[in-house]
Amino acid sequence: MVKRFLYSQKAAPYVFVLPFVLVFLVFWLYPLASSVEMSFQKVMLGQSAQWVGFDNYAKLIDDSMFLKAVMNSVIYTVLTLVILIPLPMLFAVLINAKFMWGRELFKSVFFFPALTSVVVAGTIFRLMFGEMEGSLINSFLALFGVEPVKFLKGHVTGFIALLSLAVWRWMGVNILYFLAGLKNIPEDYYEAASIDGASTFQKFRHITIPLLKPTTIYVLTISIYAGMAMFVESLMLWNGNNSPQNIGLTIIGYLYRQGIEKNNLGFAATVGLVLLLVTMIINLTQLALSGLFRKES
Amino acid sequence: MKKWLMGLLMVSMAAVLFGCSSGTSSTGEVSVLDDGAGEEAVKLKYWTFVELHGQHFQSMLKNWNEDHPDRQIKLEVTVMPYDDMHNKLSIALQTGQGAPDISDIEVGKFPDFLNGTPQLEPLNDVVEPYKESIVQSRLDLYTKDGTIYGLPTHVGAAVAFYNTEILEEAGVDYKSIVTWEDYKKAGMAVYEKTGKYMGTADTSAGWQLSMMLAQQGSDFTDAEGKPVVNSPEMIKGLDILKDLQKNNVLATIAGGQPDTEEAYGEFNTGNYASAMMPFWFMSRYVNYMPDLQGKIAIAPIPVIEQGMPPSYGGGGTGTVVTKQTKEAQLAKDFLAYAKLTLDANINIWNTLGFDPVNTELWTQEDITHNKDNKFVQYFQNNPFEVLNEIKDGISLIKSTPASPTINNELYTTTLNEIFENDRDVTEALNAAQSQIEQQLK
Repeated sequence: MVKRFLYSQKAAPYVFVLPFVLVFLVFWLYPLASSVEMSFQKVMLGQSAQWVGFDNYAKLIDDSMFLKAVMNSVIYTVLTLVILIPLPMLFAVLINAKFMWGRELFKSVFFFPALTSVVVAGTIFRLMFGEMEGSLINSFLALFGVEPVKFLKGHVTGFIALLSLAVWRWMGVNILYFLAGLKNIPEDYYEAASIDGASTFQKFRHITIPLLKPTTIYVLTISIYAGMAMFVESLMLWNGNNSPQNIGLTIIGYLYRQGIEKNNLGFAATVGLVLLLVTMIINLTQLALSGLFRKES
Repeated sequence: MKKWLMGLLMVSMAAVLFGCSSGTSSTGEVSVLDDGAGEEAVKLKYWTFVELHGQHFQSMLKNWNEDHPDRQIKLEVTVMPYDDMHNKLSIALQTGQGAPDISDIEVGKFPDFLNGTPQLEPLNDVVEPYKESIVQSRLDLYTKDGTIYGLPTHVGAAVAFYNTEILEEAGVDYKSIVTWEDYKKAGMAVYEKTGKYMGTADTSAGWQLSMMLAQQGSDFTDAEGKPVVNSPEMIKGLDILKDLQKNNVLATIAGGQPDTEEAYGEFNTGNYASAMMPFWFMSRYVNYMPDLQGKIAIAPIPVIEQGMPPSYGGGGTGTVVTKQTKEAQLAKDFLAYAKLTLDANINIWNTLGFDPVNTELWTQEDITHNKDNKFVQYFQNNPFEVLNEIKDGISLIKSTPASPTINNELYTTTLNEIFENDRDVTEALNAAQSQIEQQLK
């Protein structure tokens, strides 16, 4: 019986997708449904939840702190996109170039940070960007006669620290994606272009970039999700969820503050759903614009 | 495909599926204390965010196990960072599983745990025998509708700590500082002669605000518990602090307030000449600022006008027994034993250096002036002399359901705006008030 089941061609596909479906149902669909329910409730310690209609949503609309969190997340996402797509693409092309030596070395050096835990990296970056004279960045700046900067207390400087962490950590991963994409571009195209007298830049512009498009779209999509959902980096960099003047407060950070720190899970569920909605809209628009949904001709 | 391979695949899939749910215990440092506990001892779990609190429980546990051979206890202590511990406890109580038997909850977070139906055991019965000698206002902090849910560790009377080495260099005698006006003059002399700051302008904690409000008989909330952070008293208090900062008497400090690791370093190096902190800050000097041994004097905090109450009870930790414990009576009895008895209070003073809530002890000179006590040795004058001097001037700053929201707004945004970005005091406080009202809606 078991043997027949295991060898059955009809059952096999279902068996193989079962783990995913189960994970999806238990860890995704059920929490999502329950968040939707909670977003209409006031959930309090040890009491059954009360239905409050759209109160949580109404509160969210005039919540300037939420707006700040959204702005922070959006700015962070945009800046990571601006840095973490063109640069890794360029580096990948350089690493992939024929004249490049130490290719494997560069690959591993760039990729290495991705293996460290964000918690450790965040702590180290917090110390590096400390406000005292002796902290790494400040002692470096002192060589040029710059006064110690209170990095983690200012909007702009705080973002510099946050972005340095993101770039340091994700550069290598994105380079790997682009390298994989580059491997799929047939050599012949470049040879043909050379014969036609195309310059290196022209080859990059007219062969590499268009043919890397699927990879670029993929990297763009996951980067948007990662940017909007960023939380741990900020949490570790400011040693807690409460950064001075909330310069490091992200949407997830706000959700965490409301749900976990202030015990207001109903309102936090509302924040979460709005985040889901926002990222879905951004990503679907982006995917539609880049032509992913068009039928293959 | 080979059959065994198929089997292996299935098993690994299952492992992936259920791997996530397998019991990962809370992070943090765990240690099991079993001093004098026999085979039969019951194991209780205790969470705290202050390592030193565990040390106190360790010595009390030993006594308990000697006194109660038939009710012995082993204590599993988990030390976690402040935010982590409170968040984990909150989730555990919310979901109904995973909470320890006994836990510390910091006073600022306590109201969150009193929301709705508190998932904590009432402690009135075990407090009753000690009621006479315990400072009532410290119990009130952890009480809801007449039910006591937490036991206090200390009074936390705020006092001034002066680094006399720096003051002498500037020719200042700390004993002559009575009002903030005196403090300002002294601070300007210190800055002029030594280039060092007299004190800190705190951006991430409210010790200084509480101090200023208490002196004027005010609070963060009104009688009904509504937030009033833009009250005239608050504006006046912050104006005084801002003026001190402008005159280089105060300066912001790394870490944002004296009770942080960065700030311990700054104090230890001698960059700031004074700190106005609750009594328990003594333990931070002794444990984290060894270089200042013998250089620190304790005095009453300067006042705005003479005759104002010079102190308030600052900070605090309520220790609770959660509803999830299977040994409620044992945990409660042990807790009262470890926190309210005279012995416990003597030990709290001896190991933690806190001002104990059992006031019987304050006048027992053999204990308060014991020459072997590390706190007595560290400071220039005896801490209890100052404590007894200000005894009748220790006000209460209330902790209300609005407090966590108020604290969050003031200590992440408002104080940073005022002391780091030079925003107008009244303007910043009005903005804070409307933000807090919005958050509490």
